[in-house]
Amino acid sequence: MGQITLQKVSKKFGNAEVIPPLDLTIEDGEFTVFVGPSGCGKSTLLRLIAGLEDITSGSILIDGTDATDQPPAKRGLAMVFQSYALYPHMTVRKNIAFPMRMAGIDQAEQDRRIEQAAAALNLTDYLDRRPGQLSGGQRQRVAIGRAIVREPSAFLFDEPLSNLDAALRVGMRLEIGELHKRLRTTMIYVTHDQVEAMTMADKIVVLRAGVIEQVGTPLELYRTPRNTFVAGFIGSPKMNLLEGEEASRHDAHTVGIRPEHIDVAEEGGLWSGRVGVAEHLGSDTFFHVHETGLAETITVRAPGEVNFRHGDRITLSPRLEQLHRFDRDGARIA
Amino acid sequence: MATQHSRSAARLMMAPAVILLLGWMLVPLTMTLYFSFKKYLPLRGGDLGWAGFDNYVRFVTSSAFWPSVQATLVIVGGVLLITVALGIVLALLLDQPMWGQGVVRILVIAPFFVMPTVSALVWKNMFMDPVNGLFAHLWAFFGAQPIEWLSQASLASIILIVSWQWLPFATLILLTAIQSLDSEQLEASEMDGAPPLSRFMWIILPHLARAITIVVLIQTIFLLSIFAEIFVTTGGAFGSRTLTYLIYQRVLESLNVGLGSAGGIYAVILANIIAIFLMRIVGKNLDA
Amino acid sequence: MARSVTTRRKIINTALAWSIGLLIFFPILWTILTSFKTEATAIANPPQFFFFDWTLENYAVVQERSNYARFLWNSIIIAGGSTILGIIIAIPAAWSMAFVPSKRTKDILLWMLSTKMLPAVGVLYPLYLIFIELGLLDTRIGLTIVLMLVNLPIIVWMLYTYFREIPGEILEAARMDGASLRSEILYVLTPMAVPGIASTLLLNFILAWNEAFWTLNLTAAKAAPLTAFIASYSSPEGLFYAKLSAASTMAIAPILILGWFSQKQLVRGLTFGAVK
Repeated sequence: MGQITLQKVSKKFGNAEVIPPLDLTIEDGEFTVFVGPSGCGKSTLLRLIAGLEDITSGSILIDGTDATDQPPAKRGLAMVFQSYALYPHMTVRKNIAFPMRMAGIDQAEQDRRIEQAAAALNLTDYLDRRPGQLSGGQRQRVAIGRAIVREPSAFLFDEPLSNLDAALRVGMRLEIGELHKRLRTTMIYVTHDQVEAMTMADKIVVLRAGVIEQVGTPLELYRTPRNTFVAGFIGSPKMNLLEGEEASRHDAHTVGIRPEHIDVAEEGGLWSGRVGVAEHLGSDTFFHVHETGLAETITVRAPGEVNFRHGDRITLSPRLEQLHRFDRDGARIA
Repeated sequence: MATQHSRSAARLMMAPAVILLLGWMLVPLTMTLYFSFKKYLPLRGGDLGWAGFDNYVRFVTSSAFWPSVQATLVIVGGVLLITVALGIVLALLLDQPMWGQGVVRILVIAPFFVMPTVSALVWKNMFMDPVNGLFAHLWAFFGAQPIEWLSQASLASIILIVSWQWLPFATLILLTAIQSLDSEQLEASEMDGAPPLSRFMWIILPHLARAITIVVLIQTIFLLSIFAEIFVTTGGAFGSRTLTYLIYQRVLESLNVGLGSAGGIYAVILANIIAIFLMRIVGKNLDA
Repeated sequence: MARSVTTRRKIINTALAWSIGLLIFFPILWTILTSFKTEATAIANPPQFFFFDWTLENYAVVQERSNYARFLWNSIIIAGGSTILGIIIAIPAAWSMAFVPSKRTKDILLWMLSTKMLPAVGVLYPLYLIFIELGLLDTRIGLTIVLMLVNLPIIVWMLYTYFREIPGEILEAARMDGASLRSEILYVLTPMAVPGIASTLLLNFILAWNEAFWTLNLTAAKAAPLTAFIASYSSPEGLFYAKLSAASTMAIAPILILGWFSQKQLVRGLTFGAVK
């Protein structure tokens, strides 16, 4: 079991309110991602759940019981840190065994779980090494192994992939995803990378300045962002947000159109402009179009074979059924 | 990273150290303060009643006071001057490329580890003894009349001994500071055409300023309370009685506890004035 | 520094540095040499440097006449005891200040430092009285406690600066892993800080070993460590250079060796982290 409920949880550091009171429920077995720009309070929120920080008001329930005043050790949660936080003076085996040793689990059971975790994480050959002798990816796996053997009711990940290089990150992302499919344990994952959020999450919680902007599945967030912040944050490249005349034509203060929902052609489109930079990725081409009279730049995603160049004049056709409309406060107009 | 729980644990775990030091500071200090206002002579009946500021006045007006202040200043000043000046020269030298740098470093540092009583005795007898000391032999070799170091030049002798003990400290700290100097800065100034002396004056010396200040302050605190070196060599005779030694004699030799305690309070105030400056520097470093 | 230097300059540097180094080291060398001489050779003029009849007689006499081993034992007990006691008290305090810092942490650290600067002579008599009252005068336990208190600020400071280099996330990980505070300190922090704790131990052992003021004033025959033992040679009847040298050599040799190991930590410890 691993249902986590936050009720009116808030956090102040001194007089600064980092997290105004918020409510949130994370269902058992769900992979939830907290995402937001740096400083949005996502890590703080995770640490509140872990018990590494006190909450200023409100309560935290784990599986229905109040855990607000429980120390971290008693909450039955496991955490994987950004720096991995492995014990440098212990071998991999001892690192993984540490939480079990603290819990007083007998040696045979410890060994069994270590073998199991090591096999699952490809660490069997490294059990007698120290963390200093391992690569970044291996350290990450040890940190995950240390979390698994506790058989926690939920896993907490604090930006676990940000210290890895790009290629490794994609690999580890898949491994964590598979781990979740296999264990079906609640996972809460903090990241600033919306690609990680979109690819891994069952449920995404978008945070800004300690406030939850939107909660939903990745596709809900993509299709119906509740406001301009979520609209701009989710999706890559970013949604084009246009104000002024074009927006008022659609009875909105702001309209948004994703780069992939604009078609390009030599002529005949609704808008026109001049290509600034064309990024050819092979599968796709991104055009950064200037001189449209709508915004500084409009980003367009076209198929890889479309071949306009810097300086070409082109026309753009937004798919109007994919247009997002927002009011003066940035909220979505249904 | 703190929860209420860990904060209260932290207070609890800090408590033994804080309470011990608080007791160590307050109890004897309060007693000293108390005695300093008493006429207190253990051999003549002990507590003879309140004395007001009598002891404080008598301590500074006694004929021994100003000479002891003078002796203290001469010793502290002399040692500081010698150790800092030679320390800079030695540190610069040790920073140069050479063979056997590690060994030389050890040779230079060694005196710091010699216990004060040993160094005082060795210098007193084997070097400064007017008959059998090495200096006497050396003087005789050049046909000069051997000097009775500890009686004729007692302050100079003590300065020599104490400087020998503290030179390693100054050298080591200044060397550490020099080594932290960005060599590119020096190379840049060399490219700018600065000759060695102005490189020293305008780049190295300013860089060392903080380290020198620290050396001066820390040494001052230790030097103000040097005891064993005087105790073993002159016993405070021949004008080598420092403030510390004067207080010691008042308290334990003439057993005038009230008078000695008043002196002690003066010493505490003096040390605190210097300590404030040192704390400022250390405190600033703590924020960084 | 990747600067090329002419060989000539390197030779000059080497010669100069070695001469000065040897000059500074000479009193120690001379003491060690003299300890192997007969009393007559020790005061001979001109002085004998290496070519004399080496003898171990002085060492035997020093031990026999004054029971050197007992003073040595006192030194070890007092210096070792005060240091270990200090470290046991300082580790929790340093943990608190390094990992749960508050607004007052800095003030407490500086205040601790300030107790170190209290002139000992100012509180000599009160302490004397307290010692007599508690029956601690001339006991090893009494001096051990005093030296522990004298060095406690340095121990706390050194440990604090070492602990601060350990990432807090690792201790948080231990907490998440179910470690109690005791386990966290015992199984995670302490093993990680072993090098720092060892340096602290070493430097403070040396400081306690060489401490002279309290040692001379609070001990007499029974609990006197080597510093006091050596001071007894200042009386006129002790004036035998070779024997004085043998006693001195025995008193400083252990610490010279330890000191060489600790020279790197010396700077950090004695400047309270202000120079690294």
